[in-house]
Amino acid sequence: MFGAALGVILSRNPVHSVMFLVFTFFNAAILWLLAEAEFLAIVLVLVYVGAVMVLFLFVVMMLDVNIEAAKRGLTRYAPLGIGLALVMAVQLINVIWLRGLGEQSATGFVDTPEGYSNTKALGSVLYTEHVYAFEIAAVILLLAIIAAITLTMRKRPGLKVQNIAKQVAVRAKDRVRVVKMDAEKKQ
Amino acid sequence: MIGLEHYLTVAAMLFVLSIVGIIINRKNLILLLMCIELMLLAVNTNFIAFSRFLGDETGQVFVFFILTVAAAEAAIGLAILVVLFRNRRSIAVQELNTLKG
Repeated sequence: MFGAALGVILSRNPVHSVMFLVFTFFNAAILWLLAEAEFLAIVLVLVYVGAVMVLFLFVVMMLDVNIEAAKRGLTRYAPLGIGLALVMAVQLINVIWLRGLGEQSATGFVDTPEGYSNTKALGSVLYTEHVYAFEIAAVILLLAIIAAITLTMRKRPGLKVQNIAKQVAVRAKDRVRVVKMDAEKKQ
Repeated sequence: MIGLEHYLTVAAMLFVLSIVGIIINRKNLILLLMCIELMLLAVNTNFIAFSRFLGDETGQVFVFFILTVAAAEAAIGLAILVVLFRNRRSIAVQELNTLKG
């Protein structure tokens, strides 16, 4: 998993980065399965690997970024980044392990009862206590759809398209003009 | 016995790695977005570990909403990225100086 995450941040090609990110998500899904969060693990694989990563891959391939120019100056901030990472890692390990949860955590995870269904439990909480938040999440997704479509839709000038409403609304007397005139005399 | 601390350590390592990614990949906006996804993954792992440890489903509900918002954010971010690339022919961060901030 760490190798995959390192691959995400270090690989030269953005497509490889996306692939490493997919691998990282799979590993995280396995970890979540081990923590008995089965529903969220499946959702992670389906939604993230299936949809969001495909979107990333699509954009990466569509944009055709100049890789060499993007990677120039990669090592300039590397010492700063590694130093900051070490400081943060030491602090987090300190917080987690040294002044951690003490006796309480030594027991490990609580066992779930027989016949426990993670999806059922999650749904029963989600649709009762958190139903307003659930509806707001639905509205946020709708907003994301509308925003993404309106941002990327463009009207090209000079494009010839049919105007269906105009075609349907046309009537015969608009198109055909009946001209009355006298017949010509034969010479 | 794998306990809470192991999960927290893994999540912390993932978070630190994504911060390193943000620092050393400052040129490429797509990689910045991917590092943000990694950070969200680390935080979600923390939530799930605590939820399992405390035997409370609210943490998993929270992860569910984080996943929703992150998917929406990724969609809008990538749409903005596409529009930006269409206008500027580049997504390098140091060239985004249109606002003259």
